Amino acid sequence: MGYPHKPHPKETLILSKHFGEADARTYKGWVKRGGYEMLAQALTMEPARVTDIVKESGLRGRGGAGFPTGLKWSFMPKEKKKPHYLCVNADESEPGTFKDREIMRWTPHALLEGAAIAAHAIQADVVYIYIRGEFTEPWTVMERALAEASAAGVFGAIKIHLHRGAGAYICGEETALMNSIEGKRGNPRIKPPFPAAAGVFGMPTTINNVETLAVVPLILKKGAAWYKGMSLSSPKSTGTKLFSVCGHVQKPGNYEVTMGFPLKDLLYDLCGGILPGRTLKACIPGGSSVPILNREETESCLLDYEGVVEKGSMLGSGGVIVFDDSTDMVYQIMRLARFYAHESCAQCTQCREGTAWTTKILERILAGQGKTADLDLLLDLAENMTGKTICVLSDSCAAPVVSGIKKFKKEFEDYIAGRRKPVMVA
Amino acid sequence: MGVLELLLINHPLDCPICDQAGECELQDFTFQEGRPATRYSPDYAKRFNPVEDFGPDVLYVPNRCILCTRCVRFMEDVAKEPVLNVSERGDRAYIGIHSEGRLDHPWAGNVVDLCPVGSLLSKDFLHKARAWELDKAASICTGCSQGCNITLDTRENVVVRVRPRPNLEVNRYFVCDHGRMNYRWMNRGDRIEAPLVRRDGDLHATDWDEAFAFVASLVRGAGGKAVALVSPRASTEALFFARELFRGQEWSGAFQVVMGEEAPLAGVPNLALRAERAPNARGAELLGYSRDYAAALAAAETAAVVLVLDEPDIAVNTAGALIYVGTVLPERARDARAVLPIANVAEEEGTFVNRDGRAQRYFQAKSAPGMARPAWWVFSELVATLGEQAGGHVATAAEAFDRLAASVEAFHGLSYTRLGFAGAPVPTAPAVPA
Repeated sequence: MGYPHKPHPKETLILSKHFGEADARTYKGWVKRGGYEMLAQALTMEPARVTDIVKESGLRGRGGAGFPTGLKWSFMPKEKKKPHYLCVNADESEPGTFKDREIMRWTPHALLEGAAIAAHAIQADVVYIYIRGEFTEPWTVMERALAEASAAGVFGAIKIHLHRGAGAYICGEETALMNSIEGKRGNPRIKPPFPAAAGVFGMPTTINNVETLAVVPLILKKGAAWYKGMSLSSPKSTGTKLFSVCGHVQKPGNYEVTMGFPLKDLLYDLCGGILPGRTLKACIPGGSSVPILNREETESCLLDYEGVVEKGSMLGSGGVIVFDDSTDMVYQIMRLARFYAHESCAQCTQCREGTAWTTKILERILAGQGKTADLDLLLDLAENMTGKTICVLSDSCAAPVVSGIKKFKKEFEDYIAGRRKPVMVA
Repeated sequence: MGVLELLLINHPLDCPICDQAGECELQDFTFQEGRPATRYSPDYAKRFNPVEDFGPDVLYVPNRCILCTRCVRFMEDVAKEPVLNVSERGDRAYIGIHSEGRLDHPWAGNVVDLCPVGSLLSKDFLHKARAWELDKAASICTGCSQGCNITLDTRENVVVRVRPRPNLEVNRYFVCDHGRMNYRWMNRGDRIEAPLVRRDGDLHATDWDEAFAFVASLVRGAGGKAVALVSPRASTEALFFARELFRGQEWSGAFQVVMGEEAPLAGVPNLALRAERAPNARGAELLGYSRDYAAALAAAETAAVVLVLDEPDIAVNTAGALIYVGTVLPERARDARAVLPIANVAEEEGTFVNRDGRAQRYFQAKSAPGMARPAWWVFSELVATLGEQAGGHVATAAEAFDRLAASVEAFHGLSYTRLGFAGAPVPTAPAVPA
């Protein structure tokens, strides 16, 4: 990671090698760095061959779910009877995550090249890059890069469109994103049908994260074995991953490490440790939607899909939120719940009403008016919000609440018993 | 805990003043499955939004809304006029209407039926009756030739509401606003309540026996040509016995149909408010009545006897005997030799044949005023009085229909029982191309 900090020796720079180099944003600068070679080569290859290479590399989706990318591409119909589409999810709206923003800011051509290769692999004619509405700088960079690369004619018959979101968190959910591209309200759709059967405009569609696609040209260049070889722990998690670290560390920012890297080293070495005089209290390892880890779990956690699950959380999008001992966990959890209550699309009752009710209960506890029964009520609510809705937004609201009550119950009880000064939240 | 508890936390629970109470899905499910008490703190405010005027007959009460989006989807997918949407997010969400749009589609009233709670209300029915005070009767809409299946809701012998009755072959689950509002005339108070016969130059009330004898003598003594001017809103059975009355005589019969604008429901094939605003024109045609009304009017001038069946706007001049059979007595019919009171569609049983040739039954919703009787009974008794009735008196609508089916070729093979609630195609009546 070259920006804003100098790369740390323990980092593995694959995606972030050119971060901070203004020249890399231009088409000429990117070609000088070896860009678009692999696209030209891929366009001469059989689409199935490209998919096979990605499959062999073990690359998994970097958007949060960690689904094997090559496998996802192979779900697309082999015989093309309808137009195929590729959607690029650049609606990076998960609180705590800011890796795609940096990829688009510094290496827009890596994304464009990867997207074009993926489009070839799934026989898509049209690519939609759905960029988060709040991303102004990445938008202008991407716009310029796309204009330059299109003028150079590198994409062949593949047409790439940029689509700007309007600022809804839920539009990062793949089917909501497709509705949004179609000009409809960004409501998630019921699956099945899955996007590979009926996606955007009802046509077979693949949707990938920015980080996933940006690494595809490098996999083609250096081979599947090279990528597969980068793994420190579980062989099921390969390659590198960008982690966006924020919160109470000395050097927050994006760090690129090999899969299986210890979370402890990421926080204490790469990020320079917790703020002076403070100690680690808790950590959310994969963006705001995943369960919270306490200090012991954090310090023993290995950063790959399996390692984080072992600790009871998820790798998610790699947005690491760090809390030190000065943190009021009840307030933090209320703040997360309030975010989800604000962003719920209102389709499913459990989510529409449940997120708002959860927030109200947490606000009441903070205000010193909580009751002992409120904790059970919160857990019961969370139970009803998990696995019962169209998308996982309500699960995401329930996850921090459940793990927070389990791991920091004393803080809740202190508020309820009046041992803590009430916090009035507006 | 469950979805019901979550649905109720923002629901005002104003059932005592809500029109939907008694026929509310949320209320029913809560009675069946719900918790006796909520765990939602009484200190929390519920979502509040003011009542909105959505269209000519639709009010939106957002506080009761559970955001099922049936109305949004109906307007988008069925009516194909997407004026509604879900506005805002999370628990702040409500049903929004296009800033320049109105819910004035000719079929928009269906959103009121689709709404599972009391959120979308009919202005026409607002605070008219509680659901449990209503009696319901299966009927057929008389608004046009589509023949939509409906339910007539009555309260204390007064029709207060029309709602669609599902029939996948005819109207699916819908009825248009024209049909929905087409019921007030069923409650008219200025009805003929007794048979009237002309004696010494004046019309005198009498009983049915005398009236039948009087009219039979008119028909028998006429000798010459007979003309029947009938309403295409009369039942098939009435039209049949009105035809039987002049069996063996020189006869011509005709009807006229009021025309209006056609209004299709875009998302459902072959469903529209039809231009032809009468329910039984097809049935009249099958029984030999002509659409050439002008010719029949001309023929009436020289006819020996003219029968008018429920045509209040009648403009007929005749030298012969005028017999008026109807629900109300128009000024022109005061010249009649005899006036016979009949029941309207809500007060009798019978059948209509819709434009596609489907015979459908309607049932009695309320009682007829005074001595008014179903028109098929009146005509069948007249036929019996003339002594030409094979098989004697007709006591029920079923007998009337079965006699029709036995003697008119187009209806052969149909039986009243088999028509049931859904109706059946008339065997030899090919569908009219749309």
